[in-house]
Amino acid sequence: MRIQNHPIIDFKQKKKITFYFNRRKLEGFEGDSIASALYANGVKVFTKSLRYDNPRGFFCGIGKCASCLMRVNGIPNVRTCIAPLKENIKVETQEKLPALSSAEFNKQHKKTLTVDLLVVGAGPAGMCSSIEAARQGASVLLVDENMDVGGQLIKQTHKFFGSKQERAGTRGIEIAEELKKEIKKLQEQKKINLMVNSTVIGYYEGEKGKHRFGVVKRKGYSSIFYEVVCRAVVFSCGAMENMLLFPGNDLPGVYGAGAVQTLMNVYGVKPGNRVLMVGAGNVGLIVSYQLLQAGVQVDRVVEAAPVIGGYHVHAAKLRRCGVPIYTSYSVKEVYGRNCVEGAVVVKLDENWNPIEGTEEKIKCDTVCLAVGLTPSTRLLSQAGVEMEFIPEAGGYVALHNRFMETTVDNIYVAGDSSGIEEASTAMIEGKIAGVAASLKLGYNQNAKKLLKQYLEELDRLRSGPFGEKPRIAKEKITKFLEKKT
Amino acid sequence: MKEYEKTGVLSLKDLRLPNEKQLEKGVAIIECVQHIPCNPCVDACPFDAISMKDINDLPVVDFDKCVGCGQCISVCPGLAIFVVKHIMDGKALISIPYEFLPVPSVNDKVEALDREGRFVDTVVVKKVVKKGKTWVVTVLANVEDAMNIRNIRV
Repeated sequence: MRIQNHPIIDFKQKKKITFYFNRRKLEGFEGDSIASALYANGVKVFTKSLRYDNPRGFFCGIGKCASCLMRVNGIPNVRTCIAPLKENIKVETQEKLPALSSAEFNKQHKKTLTVDLLVVGAGPAGMCSSIEAARQGASVLLVDENMDVGGQLIKQTHKFFGSKQERAGTRGIEIAEELKKEIKKLQEQKKINLMVNSTVIGYYEGEKGKHRFGVVKRKGYSSIFYEVVCRAVVFSCGAMENMLLFPGNDLPGVYGAGAVQTLMNVYGVKPGNRVLMVGAGNVGLIVSYQLLQAGVQVDRVVEAAPVIGGYHVHAAKLRRCGVPIYTSYSVKEVYGRNCVEGAVVVKLDENWNPIEGTEEKIKCDTVCLAVGLTPSTRLLSQAGVEMEFIPEAGGYVALHNRFMETTVDNIYVAGDSSGIEEASTAMIEGKIAGVAASLKLGYNQNAKKLLKQYLEELDRLRSGPFGEKPRIAKEKITKFLEKKT
Repeated sequence: MKEYEKTGVLSLKDLRLPNEKQLEKGVAIIECVQHIPCNPCVDACPFDAISMKDINDLPVVDFDKCVGCGQCISVCPGLAIFVVKHIMDGKALISIPYEFLPVPSVNDKVEALDREGRFVDTVVVKKVVKKGKTWVVTVLANVEDAMNIRNIRV
């Protein structure tokens, strides 16, 4: 299952790590997540459904869902997809609801951190926010749930579109490296404090003019609790893969596109041998191409809409490799005993209803869902900012002005959690939020000029036909905001 | 609705094509038909042969200025640029961006594929250049296949 050679990514030989899964001794590599190590050993069933005992695999692969929870060294409900693999750990599947932990929790008093700006999520938007704010002079705490910074950028092996300013022609993985280096430099200068393997778990009442959050840092597989007091916060929490309703959608082998991308491009593990891709937006097209590059067959791409949603150039890349794209087609069901063994696709009429008699059986061991994303906004909602349901933004989003500030003073939002869009625009939104938040706190290194420049860049990127959806989303957000204030 | 929006496959009617004289010199064929905010090809051209007023415009190749150097092939994020050069004896050189393994060597025989991944002919590799992580592979093919061959299988 391990990818030996890859045209774009250099998977270096890493140190072997021994661990136990349900008392079986297995081997993984340093840098693996528990889930990737298990998957590379052929383990596909991670949990069972509570009601019907159906076997379940992971789904999102990026710490957003509950499909991969296991007990690790006695601690229940560990998200194995983002938990790092360590030597000799004992990983066990959980039976239904987990037993209360027998492991000893850290008996430490909470620690308090005081900063100007808290940035939640170190993806493209969060990294850019932190860098800009630190350059303005603000003290920054950057928190992320994963083992390292980068968010989804670290799996984008394709070259980005845009202009020079947005590093067009550079691959996402290379942009992630550049931003990581910059963050490291600012860390050494004590301008950014970075906490990885850490989750912002809630918003708490604070004194006037301050925001207060609880942050749990995972050390080993137990936790340390931090209280973070900040003057401003940027939420750049990303998004969650959408699920699609069809019989068999919970079988191991049905994964979100992000999970497939993470498994193969970060951990170098193939998700399967033959994939059915559902969705011909940019994500579906790009991930299909990346599957081919990883040496995995793609049977076809099905798309319920009558046209391909993603860029033609991405579709063309796939087509000239011989992968067919079926528009007005969807997945009817997925079958298999314990894992995916195949799928049935069906043609849709102009009202998107299945046409009887057009069913076709496909042999595949993986079904990849690339049917859109939903912004991750729970913390924003808990912090009391005004939210609205905006279909063009992908779901509920926080109302925000063009400087990315929400309806609560000094609470900002950026990237996919402010509305689903591209990494290139997420980076600019992050920059705007970082500079605007710092400016409001009194830091001003040419801030107004920078803001003007970033706002213009953003407008330019959204001005074409492919920018229509985010443009509508942002217009709706502005209208709702005007009504509220 | 354009056919390629459904199929992902362009027909020659969707493209602006150079004339025979320009093809003999060698020119870039940019198969970029949608208004994507993107312009690295413009910056990459040492001869100012690719122009674009707004970043959302389509790139326009000045086939007279273009010398077919291929600098633009590996910078295009969409891998949508090919260079076609008609040479003597009914043959043509086609340069194609390539991001798969194994990478062919000069003089290897490879399968040439069309825009739908269908086999066209067995062709000989004449040049392999690596720029960043994208290879540019030049193959020698029959001139009548030059506008159809857009991929190789090694």
